Amino acid sequence: MANFLEAVLGQYNNWAFIILLMIGIYAMIAKNNLLKKVIGMAIFQSAIILFYVSVSLKKGATIPIIAHGHGHDHGAVAHAIDAASYANPLPHVLMLTAIVVGVATLGVALAIVQKVNRVYGTIEEDEILEKIKE
Amino acid sequence: MEVNSWVLWQFDVLILLMVVVCAVVALQLKDLVSSAITFGAYSFFMCILWTEMLAVDVAFTEAAVGAGVSTILFLGTALHVKRRAKD
Amino acid sequence: MKIIALLVSVALGVILLVATNDLPEWGDPQSPASTHLSRYYIENSMEQTSVPNFVTAVLADYRGYDTMFETAVIFCAGITVLTILRRSHRRKKKDVQPRPCREGQDIILKSAARLIAPMMQLFALYVLAHGHHSPGGGFQGGVISGASFILLSIAYDLEMLLSRLKERTIMFFSGLGVLIYAGIGAICLLLGGNFLNYSSWSKILQVSEVEARSHGMLGIEIGVFITVTFIMISLYADLASGGEMDEGL
Repeated sequence: MANFLEAVLGQYNNWAFIILLMIGIYAMIAKNNLLKKVIGMAIFQSAIILFYVSVSLKKGATIPIIAHGHGHDHGAVAHAIDAASYANPLPHVLMLTAIVVGVATLGVALAIVQKVNRVYGTIEEDEILEKIKE
Repeated sequence: MEVNSWVLWQFDVLILLMVVVCAVVALQLKDLVSSAITFGAYSFFMCILWTEMLAVDVAFTEAAVGAGVSTILFLGTALHVKRRAKD
Repeated sequence: MKIIALLVSVALGVILLVATNDLPEWGDPQSPASTHLSRYYIENSMEQTSVPNFVTAVLADYRGYDTMFETAVIFCAGITVLTILRRSHRRKKKDVQPRPCREGQDIILKSAARLIAPMMQLFALYVLAHGHHSPGGGFQGGVISGASFILLSIAYDLEMLLSRLKERTIMFFSGLGVLIYAGIGAICLLLGGNFLNYSSWSKILQVSEVEARSHGMLGIEIGVFITVTFIMISLYADLASGGEMDEGL
């Protein structure tokens, strides 16, 4: 039992992103309202970002900025840098741009929702389907 | 039981719970404006989570973009469509 | 539909749960993701670029090509929203139905917005300029600066913002940002270096090659800042007014 608990609790970051991915994909498929679908898409996206950020974490590391890197002579670092003492910066970079691009594409999605509303007068999926059939 | 003593895992689990709760509530609320605001809260909890996972730059971006601008964009759309959702 | 969605999401969850067994232990410094490339960045970026913030160094220098196209994607998204929503003809003034919340113009909100907006813009410039040494940079600063304009247009209304900042100006500046980014890279070519290799700027700036890379990063962050600021304003103006450009939230 203790082993099982440890296996479950020790992986709680994985549990979190899997649960968020499941919520996101369920909302994208099952929700009737287009705006809710877009919210589901945003949740799906941030779940993936959560996975990347938790990969970047290292035991006993600190934030990926050199402390007091300010006053040094440029280009000359007195002490060697230990890679294990800083969190992995590469996933941070990828996710930082992903968030900003994410809001831009979110804007496109919302614009399409508004356009659908302008043409059909509703953003409920079943009502739109009925209007298309007419 | 040795569970990741190197981060404050109780704090971590608490924030993750809040994130999941906010996600579910944002999807279940019938009022689209409340839903947009709850999604802003979701982004803000995500931001706290990322600060705690040492990704300060990502957290800063999320605080400005997710909790700020994307909430405004959702609100702008929610006010232009029928405010009451069916599900 | 609900049952299909439930089945799909549960199947996804089970597959991912099985797959996570193969992931390395969480927080292991020797995991594959943290050894090869990122190790090089952490050990060498201070020496090669004199930027203490690894994230900025990787974002703007080592992966500069990637970031350039991310900026272009943001620009394209702004144009797309404009194309989808914008209506060319303007409604007559009397046809516009003012929202009920517009009627009592709030003096407290207006004064507060007028005080806060310049502070936000100053902070945005600080975030941009201090991105080399602390969290921040072009993306974050740009969003904050865009949010200050959005705040003004919420407290007053959208027409007040658009009368001071024409749509033409907004789109001009958002294109200019991408152009600054690409231009800095192209000048590197003219100076005999590779595209976006800022060390060749040392011939113009009269500094060492390492410092030239640091300055080059600031230059492209300024480009990103301008694009993100104006695209955020454009997104808000289109989405909040439904393409009419006459009334905000």
